[in-house]
Amino acid sequence: MPSLKPAQRPLLRLPLRPARRPSLRPRPVELRERDHARARTALVLSVLTAAAVMTLDAAGDDGSPVDPLRTGAAEVFGPLESGATAVGDPIAEAVDFVGEIHRLRSDNERLESENAALAAEVATGVVDRNRLAEYDALTEVADGGGFELVPARVVAIGPAQTFARTVTIDAGSVDGVRPDLTVVNGAGLVGRVLRTSRHTATVLLAVDAGSVIGGRLDRSMELGFLRGDGSLGADGVLTLDLVDPQAVPAGGDTVVTWGSRGSAPYVAGVPVGEVTRVDTSAGDQSVTASVRPFADMSALDLVGVVVGPDRSGQRAVLSRPEPRGTR
Amino acid sequence: MSLLRVVASAVLILLAITLQVSLFANLSVAGVVPDLALLVVVAAAIVRGPAYATVLGLVAGLAVDLAPPADGVAGRWALALAVAGWLAGQVRADARQSALATIVTVAAASLTATSLYALSGLVLSEPGVSVAAALEVLPVTVLYNLAVTPLVVPLVVWLLRRLDPAPARW
Repeated sequence: MPSLKPAQRPLLRLPLRPARRPSLRPRPVELRERDHARARTALVLSVLTAAAVMTLDAAGDDGSPVDPLRTGAAEVFGPLESGATAVGDPIAEAVDFVGEIHRLRSDNERLESENAALAAEVATGVVDRNRLAEYDALTEVADGGGFELVPARVVAIGPAQTFARTVTIDAGSVDGVRPDLTVVNGAGLVGRVLRTSRHTATVLLAVDAGSVIGGRLDRSMELGFLRGDGSLGADGVLTLDLVDPQAVPAGGDTVVTWGSRGSAPYVAGVPVGEVTRVDTSAGDQSVTASVRPFADMSALDLVGVVVGPDRSGQRAVLSRPEPRGTR
Repeated sequence: MSLLRVVASAVLILLAITLQVSLFANLSVAGVVPDLALLVVVAAAIVRGPAYATVLGLVAGLAVDLAPPADGVAGRWALALAVAGWLAGQVRADARQSALATIVTVAAASLTATSLYALSGLVLSEPGVSVAAALEVLPVTVLYNLAVTPLVVPLVVWLLRRLDPAPARW
């Protein structure tokens, strides 16, 4: 009897095995190998393609052959980003509300006292109110500095994992925005325009590690260069290297833009930030100062592009109003 | 059929890239947003296998490289996402069966993609890229990608299967 059992098992299994083997087992193994071979080919070709694109893009000093593709992508993604931002306003509002109740409370109080009449006209959305305040501040910048500004909203922000501090704004070449124009907000300097598409532009923030800005200390009029280090938010810091090694900035000094030739990429006299720390190195006799930017680069929304007198665009321009009584 | 698949993948990639730079900018953690395009590539790897995911990764990465506000040398995300797609395709046999395997696949793909992107930046000496900055960003990126995986990957997998019900080969 016990010798029967082992004999029975294969008998029971036999009907299953022949059915399985030819239909499922051998074919998948064969196909899988072919799949792997295809995947390997795809991987090799993809890596080569990516390397070729990088080489092409990195080699060209100005006018890389990839630029037309970049412009094309901007024409497609720009409007999508503007649209997504419009759709996402309620989300932004919710996040703002949850995350920054303190700031909102004081903002609301200030706005209500300062701007009661205007605030009543505007929808009561939190973001709307903040935006109104920013718009007010921007008008003041245009007013006080004598700049002509094209207002724009930030519609996309470069993620931290790309290591570049760039944003997309919803004003483009149609609105008179060109590369190498200064971008400001109500608080101070934001950055400069890198490239434009028809309806959007890419802005390099002042805190980007590749950004260098000529700066001037307000009290001593000393000149220097401001460099970003890629950090954002509260710890966003610019480093100021002064041209004159004898000049020592003081804490609390304000740094304004020095201004470039032809006002490109930076117009003169835009407030950038405040000196927070001064380091003197005895070795090379150089002085570096840490400058905290006035503009909160991690919470940008409404910005203005400083446009020159020769601009041609469709968007309304904020400028110094005509003095009353001159007409 | 195959055209439908291509169109569906293209639309998903467009949507993913748009959302990750615009909508998710409001929800960033220390400036990091989830790599939605990477999650789409991983989902495609689960449904269609490594060859398809590699090519999709290349195309999606190139779009990430070129879409504003991206700056710097193009082709870096293309390289990173192509390799990540290939890698995800290698483990898809498990990922289609268990949620845990999917999570491991996403973690491995995120780690690979972000590291490769940082590495290529170091090699090309792009501004702002340093080992310290990469190490700072890496854990946040992987964790954030994992956090949105349950919301994104099953949906994309379902959609791709729905649109292209041809049995995927093993």
